[in-house]
Amino acid sequence: MSARDEVLSRIRAAVGANAGAPPGGDSLAAGTSGEVPRDYRIRREASEGELIDLLADRLVGYRATVRRTSQAELAAAIREALTQRRARRVVVPPGLDLPALPPGVQAVADDGFSAQELDGFDGAITAAAVAVAETGTIILDGSADQGRRAITLVPDYHLCIVRADQVVALVPEAIRRLRPDRPLTLISGPSATSDIELERVEGVHGPRTLHVILVDAS
Amino acid sequence: MRIALFVTCLADTLFPGVGRATVELLERLGHVVEFPEAQTCCGQMHVNTGYVRDALPLVRHFVEVFEPYEVIVAPSGSCVGAVRHQHAMVASTGGDEELARRAEAVAGRTYELSQLLVDVLGVQDVGAFYPHRVTYHPTCHSLRLLRVGERPLRLLRNVAGIDLVELPDADVCCGFGGTFALKNADVSTAMLADKMRNVVGTGAEVCAAGDSSCLMHIGGGLSRLRAGVRTVHLAEILASTREAR
Amino acid sequence: MSTNGDPGAAPAGSMTFLGMPTAPRGVGHLRGSEPFPVAARRGLADTQQRRNLAKATASIRAKRAAVVGEVPDWEELREAARAIKAATMAHLDRYLEQLEAQVTARGGVVHWARDAGEANAIVVGLVRAAGASEAVKVKSLATDEIGLNEALAAAGIQAHETDLAELIVQLGQDWPSHILVPAIHRNRAEIREIFLREMGDVDPGLTDVPAALAEAARRHLRRRFLSAKVGISGANFAVADSGALCVVESEGNGRMCLTLPETLITVMGIEKVIPAWRDLEVFLQLLPRSSTGERMNPYTSIWTGVTPADGPRNFHLVLLDNGRTAALADETGRSALHCIRCSACMNVCPVYERAGGHAYGSIYPGPIGAILSPQLTGIEDNPSLPYASSLCGACYDVCPVKIDIPSVLVHLRARHVEAARHVGLLPGPEAITMAAAAWVMASPARFATAQRAGRIGRALGRGGPIRSLPPPLSAWTRSRDLPLPAATSFRDWWRRDHQPGKAPGQHHGEPR
Repeated sequence: MSARDEVLSRIRAAVGANAGAPPGGDSLAAGTSGEVPRDYRIRREASEGELIDLLADRLVGYRATVRRTSQAELAAAIREALTQRRARRVVVPPGLDLPALPPGVQAVADDGFSAQELDGFDGAITAAAVAVAETGTIILDGSADQGRRAITLVPDYHLCIVRADQVVALVPEAIRRLRPDRPLTLISGPSATSDIELERVEGVHGPRTLHVILVDAS
Repeated sequence: MRIALFVTCLADTLFPGVGRATVELLERLGHVVEFPEAQTCCGQMHVNTGYVRDALPLVRHFVEVFEPYEVIVAPSGSCVGAVRHQHAMVASTGGDEELARRAEAVAGRTYELSQLLVDVLGVQDVGAFYPHRVTYHPTCHSLRLLRVGERPLRLLRNVAGIDLVELPDADVCCGFGGTFALKNADVSTAMLADKMRNVVGTGAEVCAAGDSSCLMHIGGGLSRLRAGVRTVHLAEILASTREAR
Repeated sequence: MSTNGDPGAAPAGSMTFLGMPTAPRGVGHLRGSEPFPVAARRGLADTQQRRNLAKATASIRAKRAAVVGEVPDWEELREAARAIKAATMAHLDRYLEQLEAQVTARGGVVHWARDAGEANAIVVGLVRAAGASEAVKVKSLATDEIGLNEALAAAGIQAHETDLAELIVQLGQDWPSHILVPAIHRNRAEIREIFLREMGDVDPGLTDVPAALAEAARRHLRRRFLSAKVGISGANFAVADSGALCVVESEGNGRMCLTLPETLITVMGIEKVIPAWRDLEVFLQLLPRSSTGERMNPYTSIWTGVTPADGPRNFHLVLLDNGRTAALADETGRSALHCIRCSACMNVCPVYERAGGHAYGSIYPGPIGAILSPQLTGIEDNPSLPYASSLCGACYDVCPVKIDIPSVLVHLRARHVEAARHVGLLPGPEAITMAAAAWVMASPARFATAQRAGRIGRALGRGGPIRSLPPPLSAWTRSRDLPLPAATSFRDWWRRDHQPGKAPGQHHGEPR
């Protein structure tokens, strides 16, 4: 008997009468829906302004740098962030629409760089897929304007542009908006550890500086 | 109201004053207390030590003794916890579903003292007088299994003359845990040490609780250390009045 | 079906004997070398660990309470989580088959492992096939459980732990004592010493400021991350209906191991599967708040199979049984498989806080360890763990998936007693005492007689409390006095002296 067959037959023996089709017939997801009480919040009504406020507040709490701006001022905000950071070479996803950058700053479209090559960049700029205000979480889904996961992992600085209409209040709302088969990264602040005497220390691996630009609809 | 008293084997043998106090308190409040003399033990010690089969006759006996009564009270959160959360399971495990059903029914009418007073008798001021500094330890079964919540404190706050001080880390287990106190005596003692430290730190003269078992453990430690703090059961405080004996 | 003759595998109350195989001996880390009470003594005497643990757990408890208090639907989330896990276990075979199909359709390869030995062999084979002699690892309890690092080492493959705490433990040649903060038993001075001794490239002037230690770890590991060919991880969740896997972490080393190497091997216990994508919305709220006391942990990675041009080109998922089906066979005990490894139970357990994690002898310590380890190994290999608890219930209150740990502990104690009876180990002295006590207490007449006879004990105390008794009751009197049996029992008073409505007065309590 293969290991697969044996493990499955052990499960069936262990579970007895329940083995096989769950209630609700062949639709397994429907089966669990039938048995699972979902009385938790799945949506929270809030204005876009409230959500952006809350998100900004949470991000600041995580020690990310937050900048709020309008669509008209976005280009200036990006330039300012890069200047402040003194970034020279940044990697960007090929599908990201970037304004003109300050002189001396070069934006290179990701072209399958190796990890070592990515290590040579000062930072990365990306958009986002969705953000959760209550938890201060920004979610990237690998789309063309966010790029592959490595580019927001290896360089030490991540500048992330989040639009107001991408901000939801709760985790369930975000899960609903995401496609399950995409490579997803949920980011809630720069990396941190509490492994040494439980004292929180920022910046172990992953970008030690996270800079978020929140773009209001106006 | 006619109330049947389940005094518990521990109180019956080592702390009869707790039983007497419960009787006097309920009579003072105008109720009739019955003591079914055939009662013995709830079987909790057996179940918690893994001897579920041995507990079956105890459960059967408890159900037979108390079934005829409408209201049953015990001055013990852990024994009432056992009745409510273990008796039916013991019966089912022993293959006696009929007994399980009866046990559930009896359990539904069995109350810990503070539950009886507040929920069933509707009283929070029992007219007690107890001029001592007291700190209250909420025992784990009362706190988490029976969820008596604020009831004991509400009753104590209404006691005339009492100086009630809050116990730090009150909801941390005292370390008794039945046979745990013997099988893991060292850890039990470490937990007891912290509980005693908190009790003594309040400056209280008396440590009160709703369970004689925990009080025996805490009191035993305080006595060994000659700490000058004594343990008194909730029932004994509520039964105390101004008149001298 | 093979069996290792484990009578403890029979669910209590059932007449059938399922004989489900448990985690094999001699491999992995599920069994201690000493019974809990003995091992606990060492933990109790370790004053540094006592101090670290007391401080750490108090701090996490406060953080957890704050972030949980903010959530208005916390109880609803817990109930949903409990129900999702229960439904998962009830149809585990179907969900695993679905998961396998989805992962395979997206370019991943699924392997099944009956036990630790088989899982280790699979991983060794995969690393070799990738042409590598080392691998970077994200912390994974499942890989610790099976002793993967040792198996890799025996095959000439070096596994580099990359979680800071796991790194500390690995370099210190030590063993984790907490599932979330494995190096909690170490203070900063010790960590600095370990780094200076074991990290070849570290600055000799390294201080013990946590930020400096973290920086040293970052530099030490970064080189490995950027050049590693093989990454090994566990998984927090695997979604059956889409094939998505999920890893929840803080430091970024998870993202490094999951994204940069060309081959990723994920070892996952079969109980970690969840039915549907939307189920993640429940667990992603419960886990961070329960474990680190944060609204959300810094990084969570979710991936499905292989994504071209993004991350590993080869993805292997190893599904691990290793005694989980034995736990599944026990209708009450199987709730231990619902665990999402948050460690909230450990952080509130007064026993764990004082005895420390090593006392449990297993990679899974604390309350969850006390119910999971004995089921994975079979009760007779961890007979003392179900008793390592005062049944206070604090763990049940904080468990995000509502595992009724106290009830499972009592259930396992019953299984232990039944197992001993079954193999003829009973009656020992304890069983005889218990049977005798039950016999006495089943009859009011015998009970009253015993009470009267017990009054002889009053001679032991000479008017005061009893301060010393022979074994086994010496375990009590070593640290506590015991009251004398009352001169007049309650029932004697009732019969002789009770007059309804007699004059009340002050109660001072019995001398205890």
